[in-house]
Amino acid sequence: MKRQRLEESFFKILMIGSTAIVLGSLLLILSIIVVRGLPALTLDMVTQTPKGGYYLGKEGGILNAIVGSLYLAIGGTVLALLVSLPIAFWLQLYAKRTRFAEVTRLVLDVLWGVPSIVYGAFGFIIMLWMGMRASLLGGIITLAFIELPIMVRGMDEAMAMVPSALKETSYALGATRLETALKVILRQTGPALLTAVLLAFGRGIGDAASVLFTAGYTDRIPDSLLSPAASLPLAVFFQLGTPFPAVQQRAYAAALILTIIVLIISLISRWLSSRLTKHVIR
Amino acid sequence: MQVPISSDAHYKSHLSIKDLNVWYGDSHTLKGITTEIPAQGITAIIGPSGCGKTTLLRSMNRLLEENPGVRMTGQILLDGTDIYRRDADVTEVRTRIGMLAPKPFPLPMSIYDNVAYGPRIHRQVRAIGRGRRRKIEGIVERYLGAAGLWDEVKDRLKAPASGLSTGQQQRLCLARALAVEPEVLLCDEPTSALDPMSAQCVEAQLQSLKKETTIVVVTHILRQARRLADHVIFLWLGELVEAGPAEQVFREPRDERTRSYLAGHIG
Repeated sequence: MKRQRLEESFFKILMIGSTAIVLGSLLLILSIIVVRGLPALTLDMVTQTPKGGYYLGKEGGILNAIVGSLYLAIGGTVLALLVSLPIAFWLQLYAKRTRFAEVTRLVLDVLWGVPSIVYGAFGFIIMLWMGMRASLLGGIITLAFIELPIMVRGMDEAMAMVPSALKETSYALGATRLETALKVILRQTGPALLTAVLLAFGRGIGDAASVLFTAGYTDRIPDSLLSPAASLPLAVFFQLGTPFPAVQQRAYAAALILTIIVLIISLISRWLSSRLTKHVIR
Repeated sequence: MQVPISSDAHYKSHLSIKDLNVWYGDSHTLKGITTEIPAQGITAIIGPSGCGKTTLLRSMNRLLEENPGVRMTGQILLDGTDIYRRDADVTEVRTRIGMLAPKPFPLPMSIYDNVAYGPRIHRQVRAIGRGRRRKIEGIVERYLGAAGLWDEVKDRLKAPASGLSTGQQQRLCLARALAVEPEVLLCDEPTSALDPMSAQCVEAQLQSLKKETTIVVVTHILRQARRLADHVIFLWLGELVEAGPAEQVFREPRDERTRSYLAGHIG
């Protein structure tokens, strides 16, 4: 009896301790970003493009990177979503547990772990081969590839949780697999699919290495899919690399803006998710 | 190819099972079942747990093939055509032969949409626009009524179906199955998850439906079989031991095993 209680309290402390470490480091990161970034976070930062170059310029803002990042991440997420959903449906409804499906899952897991700089280099080679310059489109496609495995595996796992009796209910009413997928599984897994999309979006908007070669960097706001696009992670990277404290401070401000964007997107998706949960069968 | 649906299909419709064998992997679950399911009336499939009742039921609307590793031989004829023939349309088979599962599973949508689900996917309603909506509303009201649920839910049709009680959910599932207007309704232990009051309600609905629909009920509750059945099929360890009119099977069973089972000595 005493041993059991000791065991229980030991693991309780372990669990609480681990959570505290994670929350603590997150708070630390946030406070550093806020403390260093807030002084530089002026209205100009979010409403103007840089003046005097992004590397050394101390004037103007980073609107180019904000808009560029949103274009890149939203474009990449939408593109990845269009490809992920059919793959996830195929894996769950048709391929199920066949060898081919399992190999597909393994490949996706490996792709998930591939460093983003590899995607960037790969995208760059393809773009060179096609005669494309660094552009918004190149960045969007590369980000879509990075987000794809996260999205598909997230959706696949979510759909695997759908009770087979629920699918059979739909089949028993004479529905095809496709109708079941679109009308039942999509509704049942809606909140979880949204989470998968959000995870992928987070990875996409925060990634620097993949867009370095493929989207490039510019002081201007991209006006077409073929013009280069700036991004917030690269704005942080370049400005942190300068020896001038004033410019470094701007890097922290950019990081703060990036964090706020992710926060806003998370809140929106939570709200959406709670609306979608209404009909979910438990 | 389409299975022809004649206007008087309701009156002839019945199932005829010919030498049906089912294996799950290596285990031979159903052994050479040959029997008839008469049109209209309630056929009860009885027998102890694990004797293949549910397997037999699930083979009748081809839901069995959703189980991985299942293999079967034999024929099941619906109005004389094999539902397993190569060019059979499985969704059509399942539209004509509906099913009620042991545990109610509402679809993740509103009460209204649950009932309208089948009619919508089968485009049962030809009209468009407002006329279409009114017709679907009519179908929903009619079948919720037929399942004895209309009065309880008419004021909250747009509410999530998951918010209903288990007994209400099972009646919703009944309404949903009926809305597709099946000729045959398969019920797999339809009251096993329900409280006595809801169970009684579902039984009463089945009784009133049997005039128009062929109903097959799997049950391991003998009392329920006695209450409901017009025709009885007794399975024992994957074999069909005895089948016939309920009166005869319950009063004068021909087989020793049926007699022992009904008397409560085995099973």
